Order: sequence, then C-alpha cells, then structure tokens
Amino acid sequence: MNALTLPFADGWTIARRNTLKIRRSPDLIGSAIMFPIVFVLMFAYVFGSVIDVPGMSYREFLLPGIFVQAVLMSAQITGYALTLDLRNGIFDRFRSLPMAPSAVLIGQTVSDLLMNLAGLTVMALMGLLVGWRVHTPPHEAALGFGLLLLFAYAFSWVTATVALALRTPESFNNTATTVSFPLMFISNAFLDSSELPTPLRVAAEWNPVSTFTAAARELFGNTSAAMDTSGAWPMQHPVPASLLWIAAMLAVFVPLATRLYSRTVGT
Amino acid sequence: MTDAITADRLVKRYGDVTALDELSFTVPTGTVLALLGPNGAGKTTTVRVLTTLLRPDAGRATVAGCDIARDARRLRARIGLSGQYAAVDEHLTGAENLEMIGRLYHLGAARSRARARELLERFDLAGAADRPVKGYSGGMRRRIDLAGALVADPPVLFLDEPTTGLDPRARAALWDTVAELVAAGTTLLLTTQYMDEADRLADQILVVDHGRAIARGTADELKDQVGGNRVELTLTDPAGLDAAAQALAWHAVGALRTAPESLRVTAPVTDGPEALRHVLGALADARVTVRDAGMRRPTLDDVYLTLTGNPAAGQEAAR
Repeated sequence: MNALTLPFADGWTIARRNTLKIRRSPDLIGSAIMFPIVFVLMFAYVFGSVIDVPGMSYREFLLPGIFVQAVLMSAQITGYALTLDLRNGIFDRFRSLPMAPSAVLIGQTVSDLLMNLAGLTVMALMGLLVGWRVHTPPHEAALGFGLLLLFAYAFSWVTATVALALRTPESFNNTATTVSFPLMFISNAFLDSSELPTPLRVAAEWNPVSTFTAAARELFGNTSAAMDTSGAWPMQHPVPASLLWIAAMLAVFVPLATRLYSRTVGT
Repeated sequence: MTDAITADRLVKRYGDVTALDELSFTVPTGTVLALLGPNGAGKTTTVRVLTTLLRPDAGRATVAGCDIARDARRLRARIGLSGQYAAVDEHLTGAENLEMIGRLYHLGAARSRARARELLERFDLAGAADRPVKGYSGGMRRRIDLAGALVADPPVLFLDEPTTGLDPRARAALWDTVAELVAAGTTLLLTTQYMDEADRLADQILVVDHGRAIARGTADELKDQVGGNRVELTLTDPAGLDAAAQALAWHAVGALRTAPESLRVTAPVTDGPEALRHVLGALADARVTVRDAGMRRPTLDDVYLTLTGNPAAGQEAAR
C-alpha cells in the first residue's frame, strides 16, 4: 500500500470500528434517530399550531430548518467520540501501529457522515408523514441532501478541532451546547427571521445555519413568494454561500484538527 | 549478538520536572530488560519514547534497527506495545479488536481474522471472543491487550507494568505467557514496580530513579548489592528497640532501619536463618519480648533505600 491510499484504507478500518460501536451503543443510535423524530413531531405540532408563515404551510417551511439543526447536532458526535477515545487510551494503541496518523480523524468523520445519512433519511420520511413535500425535480432535491451531508462532514471537522483542543467530554459538551443553541435559534430555521428586531435579524441573516437552511429550502422548493426576501448576500445566493462555508470549514479545520491530533496525543 | 534496543542519553522534560535524564541502555536481541522503579521514575516515559508515542528533547534511540525519529513507521511495524491500562475498544468484541489491529498492521482481511482467532485461542479467550470487551474481567482485559501487541508477531515487545492491579493468579498466568514468548526469541522491555517480577522475567534489571539509571545488573547481582534477605523484628515495648538494633547490627550487611512508631527493626543480612536464630537468642537473654520475627525478600523499597538512601515512597511524595 502506498502513502496516498494508506490514510483511506486505514481510515476505512477506523470507520468500520466506529460503525460497529454505534450499532452497540443505544445512546448514540438514540441521538441519531430518536432526536430528529422527536424534533419533527414537536416543532410540527407545537410550534406549527401557533406560527404562521406567509404563503405556505409551517411544516414545509420548518423541515429544511430541522434538517440543518439535526446535522449541526449530530456532527457533534465526532467531537464527543474523540474526547472519549482520548480518555480511554486507545489512541496510544493506534499511534504505536504502522497506520496513517490521519486515518483516525478520517475514519471518525466518515463514520459520523454515515450516521448523519441515516438520520437525514429517517427525518425525511418523518417529514413526508407530517406533510412536508419536495417541489423541485429529483436532481435538485438530491443536491439538497448532498449539500446537507457536505455540511455535516465539514462541521464534523470543526467539532473534532474543538474536542482535541478541550480534551474532556464534559468541557466539550458544555462548549458545544453553549455555541450551538444561539446558532440554531438566532436563525431562520424555525421562524421567518425578517420579522426579528434589527440586530437579531442581521445576525440571523449572516448566520451560516440560516444560509444552509435557505439553501435547503431553495433546493427542495419549500419557499414562498409571499415572504419578505432579505437583501443580505448569503440570503440572496444561499447555495453558493453554503458551498463557500463548506470549503472554508474544510480548508481551516482539516489541517487544524490534524495538527492538534498529533500534538494532543504526542505529549 | 546485536542489540534490539539502544537508548543513548535520552532526555525528556515536562516544565521543571526532568522525566528522563540522559538515560542510556541497550537490550541485546532475544533478552529481557526490566526497568524497575516507583511511579514517577520515568519508566513509562521511556517506553513511550521508544515506541514513538513521545518525542524526546535530546538523545537518540533505535529499536529493531530503526531510528525512533527518522524511521518511525517502519519501527512501528516491528514492535508490539501493551500498557498498564488496556488500550482496546470497550464496545468491540475481543475478536473485532484483534482483527482491527491486524488490519492496521496491514496484514489483510483474511490473515487478520485468522490471527485474531489464533491469539484468542492461545490466550484462553476463545469463549469470550464474540463478547464486547466491556464485560471482560481485569485479567481478561490485560490478556486481550497483550494479544493485541502480538498480532503482527513483532520481534520486539514493550510491556508497561503488565501485572499492576492483577490478582496473584492472573499475574502468575501472565508471567508464564511472557516467559513463553521470550523463550521463542522475542526481545522484551518490561517496566515494573515489583522486584519479584523483574527477578522472574528479566535477564538484566535497570533500576531507575528520577529518569536516571542508578543500578544495573542481573537480579542476583542487584540482590548482592542490596543484601539477599531482610530480617525484620517487631517488639511489644519501645524500651527493647536499642537492644534489638544492637543484636541485629551484628549481622547487618547494609543500612539498619529502626521504625520506633511501628516498633520495628529491619536489616539486610546474608545468612538469614542463622542471623534470625542468633538475634532471637540474644533478645531472649536480654528479656526483650518479640511480637513478630521473620525473614523476607528485598522489596523495591529496600533496593531504593540501599541505592539512594531514600525509600521509594518518600521519593514519590517529594514530587
């Protein structure tokens, strides 16, 4: 095996280990499958009975937001799993083997991507059950799911970086919760952000969660001409803006996480 | 005979603490070296440096003909490492753990699977092969971890405190396994806090303290240095301590220790039974009542006391 294929072959071995692990951990399956189901039902029936969005049903408006929110949450499993591995010493074993060092992070992010794929599938089916519909041609809808998965993969590297910097599961969870809640709620994921007071509205328009939500709405056709459109650039061009976010996250956090990994386990 | 491991003036510092202080040693191919010392002596740091988990601040080392700094990937293909804490995945079964390690050694899928079954059989874990490691006992975990170190049949093996925390039976079983491996030609570097473990397994013992080698030799040579046996007396009354110390000093070949708070007097001697008989006779004549009297083998603490003038535990507390 040569130096180019080694990280991927070893990464696949690690990804297989993680999927075995997920199959045996009901708590992980719970957060990947149960959370999305609960969220779809809760928001669709609780918020949905109060909130009106102009020109369309709230459930159609909501589902793309729920997709993005679920991706944001389950990508945190990457970071959490890494902090658990740091604690139990298995990285020492990995580092004493003739494997590619980058394979550990590649394997972890790839297995979490597979889990995200499973989670999105469950949510989409739930969505169809509660009245969500795709109004675009199949290839555009496929692009929508592709974009969400790319976001999931890129965001996994962000949480990996945070986890390797903080090192313990407790501090990782605290930080992840503190950061992800404002990201989720100061956005257009659950409400029409154009009706927010100005400072919050501006924050929401530039929040990447809004960008991804808007992109998903566009690609699934869950938009309404009756809604105010924001003048902010990411809201005007959500799909290219999302791709830019993904590229930026990968460009910054893949090298950063890789560096932190070799430093964290090397001392 | 060539050396499987050479360490040349290795230095590692953590802030103000010097974990390795120009430590040098060699391990000839096919032999066993035990690094003996208390917690904090630098044993684990040495293993981590030699297995490329840790970069030293200075010094050079080779393992199985590979330089630790320049040839790390090739080196890792030729070593096995098993640590104090089992580094296996709790959620995977024993078989899955070993198979994963085989794949990461690049043995290929079929050979990894076959090798996993073979090792599980050999380590008496075949019955637990398809159960998650989470449910294993302490001894079973240590065995699966050791099996993990042997997946690629490495010529050089590192065992970091392999029996710490094991019950006496599990410990004896692990010693037998290690002895078999060594008999088959594996070079072994072992760290331990137990004199008897070093005695049982090692050809050479290196006593380390604050990252320096303070003594080296065979178990017998070291025991000659620290005195072969200890005579230990426990009295019922502190008034007799002086008489007991005097009687024992006659036979002592090293430092005599008096511990007034526990009413105990200890000294290294060469002929234990003879010394014990004589001392007990002298104390009976002087009408000093003895609560307990006996001989014991030197412990790590005795080795430290003799070689450094400080008990091992005291050194740890001083850190």
